[in-house]
Amino acid sequence: MNKPLKQIHLAASFPGVNNTTVWSHPDSGSQIEFTSFTHLARTAERAKFDFFFLAEGLRLREQHGKIYDLDVVGRPDTFTVLAALAAVTDRLGLAGTINSTFNEPYEVARQFASLDHLSAGRAAWNVVTSWDAFTGENFRRGGFLPQDQRYDRARQFLTAAGKLFGSWRGDEIVADTETGVFLTDPRAGEFAHRDAHFDISGRFTVPRSPQGRPVILQAGDSDEGREFAASSADAIFSRHATLEAGQAFYADVKARLARYGRTPEQLVVLPAATFVLADTDADATELARDVRRAQVSGQTAIKLLEQLWNRDLSAYDPEGPLPEIDPLVGEPTIAPGRASIRLYRDPLAVARQWRELAEAKNLSIRELITEVTERHTFVGSPRTVAASINDLVQADAADGFVLAPYVTPGGLDEFADKVVPLLQERKVFRTDYTGSTLRAHLGIDTRSTAR
Amino acid sequence: MSHLHLAVALDGAGWHPAAWRAPDARPDELFTARYWTDLVTEAEKGLVDFVTIEDSLGPQSTKIDGPDDRTDQVRGRLDAVLIAARVAPHTRRIGLVPTAVVTHTEPFHLAKAIATLDYVSTGRAGVRVRVSGSSSEARHFGRREFPEFRLPLPDASGGFVEDLFDEAADYVEVLRRLWDSWEDDAEIRDVATGRFIDRDKLHYIDFEGRWFSVKGPSITPRPPQGQPPVTALGHATVPYRLAARAADIAYVTPHDPRQAREIEREVRAEQATAGRAADPLHVFADLVVFLDENPAAAARRKSQLDELAGTEYGSDAAVFTGTPAQLADQLIEWRDAGLSGFRLRPGAIPHDLTAITRALVPELQRRGAFRREYEATTLRGLLGLARPANRYAA
Repeated sequence: MNKPLKQIHLAASFPGVNNTTVWSHPDSGSQIEFTSFTHLARTAERAKFDFFFLAEGLRLREQHGKIYDLDVVGRPDTFTVLAALAAVTDRLGLAGTINSTFNEPYEVARQFASLDHLSAGRAAWNVVTSWDAFTGENFRRGGFLPQDQRYDRARQFLTAAGKLFGSWRGDEIVADTETGVFLTDPRAGEFAHRDAHFDISGRFTVPRSPQGRPVILQAGDSDEGREFAASSADAIFSRHATLEAGQAFYADVKARLARYGRTPEQLVVLPAATFVLADTDADATELARDVRRAQVSGQTAIKLLEQLWNRDLSAYDPEGPLPEIDPLVGEPTIAPGRASIRLYRDPLAVARQWRELAEAKNLSIRELITEVTERHTFVGSPRTVAASINDLVQADAADGFVLAPYVTPGGLDEFADKVVPLLQERKVFRTDYTGSTLRAHLGIDTRSTAR
Repeated sequence: MSHLHLAVALDGAGWHPAAWRAPDARPDELFTARYWTDLVTEAEKGLVDFVTIEDSLGPQSTKIDGPDDRTDQVRGRLDAVLIAARVAPHTRRIGLVPTAVVTHTEPFHLAKAIATLDYVSTGRAGVRVRVSGSSSEARHFGRREFPEFRLPLPDASGGFVEDLFDEAADYVEVLRRLWDSWEDDAEIRDVATGRFIDRDKLHYIDFEGRWFSVKGPSITPRPPQGQPPVTALGHATVPYRLAARAADIAYVTPHDPRQAREIEREVRAEQATAGRAADPLHVFADLVVFLDENPAAAARRKSQLDELAGTEYGSDAAVFTGTPAQLADQLIEWRDAGLSGFRLRPGAIPHDLTAITRALVPELQRRGAFRREYEATTLRGLLGLARPANRYAA
């Protein structure tokens, strides 16, 4: 093969409020103290990662109408913690999820443009499109948006925000103390945007930021979500981190770009991935099994099963067989606002599949759930993991990965110390930053952001 | 003699509209992290209680509603909460009090933003809440239509301003409930039962008001201070009432000690009416300051800036020109009229900021009227406010 080696992109996700994060681990630290955020971000920067990523959820999760208490609960405000991280890092991109339903473009654009200034060009925005009334109960407008309009709103939100980001050209401020001209343009920041969701006009307060606008990330997996990413995003997250599924997703989204006059390099494909490292592959396999057991306790297994069954299964023994009764079909009510539930488009079919699997392998509820829910993406020695990552990227199953450690905040340390040097040896990962902005790290054409 | 409290109000290149043209100004750095870090670091050297950072949801303007299209003054600014967060890791003791507009914005977002500022600064966050009655700022959001804002208010305004301040009081109530929506010991990490939190120590706030309802709990655990201080500026009865009902510090704008005494009494009366007579509430006077080694130099510097601006500078707050010793005299005199502190607005930055930290503060220290070192690690501590009990704790 004469194809030049692709350069890998890597991001570090702050461990989330889900059962991937093992809070019972002896090394597990605070999920909220700033020292934990600093630790992970500095580790990612030491390892020359593209960016740090923080997810968001605007209502505490509930199941059976009670706050879910088995996983980590509690997280910071995205913008505020990213701005603080800009003070303890120099080059690392700073990415966060911000909801396009429970925010307004003027405010979000102000915050991202400010973050981009305060980080000298390192801001990124993962645009999410939740719509549920459950989350809406925390906001002025409540659950105002029908589900089928969520991408509509997201698209128009992004268009409106784009106008705001572009409302200053970048050459207005001359600050000439002699002549007393601060601005050359009396109408700097002027904007107007009107569509089905927004009718806004006036003046934007933040001068053009170093990147022009934040890097745009998107995580939608549906046809609509992929199309949205192809039209508007600089990078897309996915759940498809295996060779076949990864290649299919990769080919699909890259093929959509031409429709929008974009080239394949303009959308970076970054599946989410987890990893378990040990000195040998055998040790790693054993450790991975232990981690999975910690991630899927008996209680957690029942709770996850309930999300498919959509009914109370607390009477069932997690070490026993699957329930005889079928899932409750219809609007999922057991865990409102939880995105994972929407993955089960046909609960009866999934349940049938799970039953067959459990019978064939003689699995208990807990064993079954351990088997069918999210598994580790990379398990092995540093050499094995480095090879797997590189193989997937070179085979166009991905352009890189967003890595979620299972321990806060030290869960990336070993990866940084042992895997990254191997990727650097193979000349597929940078040994130092060559640019100062996130856009530069991602290798995204900067001309596309020029006005 | 008891100590007085000092805050410094940061805004762009300083409060005088021509401050950006002063010889030591840094007008091309106003949108950089380094500029703000330098300013707050300087304020911290002066041991002041906290800095405030101005903000608004529209550009600076000489008009009361809408942009003025002027090109000879600083226009544009960064989000104040994010400036405060960006500066927090570079400072250790000084309080950080960004301005946040509480009209149009979401109390749920601001509650977690200030809670997070409190985490990243380990207990030094506060917030200054600001009402926006401007029709042009309302159009930036496009959700509500406001009449053009005019002063004096037309008789037919139908309680428009009162409503905005009532909404702000509801907003602060939601902030406070959300900050308390997690009890301090809600995170239990109980391996035996598999529970990360004790859900009985998390609380729905179930706020329902005229303008919004918020369910809760917050997504962010209770901040280190429990309740970061809430502050508000007022020039008349309606805003005094907001401060009296909802704030920990009221900024007011008397022009002499007699007015200071009158305003302080009015705020206290509103506080009693609100049923908060027993709660600590600081009343700080705002002052714009131009400081030099001799009074003539200070007056000359201000008039030079006035000349550049093309008009004599006036302000809602009293404008002081003189020496640091004269200012110390005035602060002590006004303090004795019933104020507990001052929010000083530097006329020009860095000149008047460093005059505060390097000349005024030592002068006050010599008189036994100001701290010689930070005596507390939190902003509440510096302000003499105890860490409050959680309203939801059994």
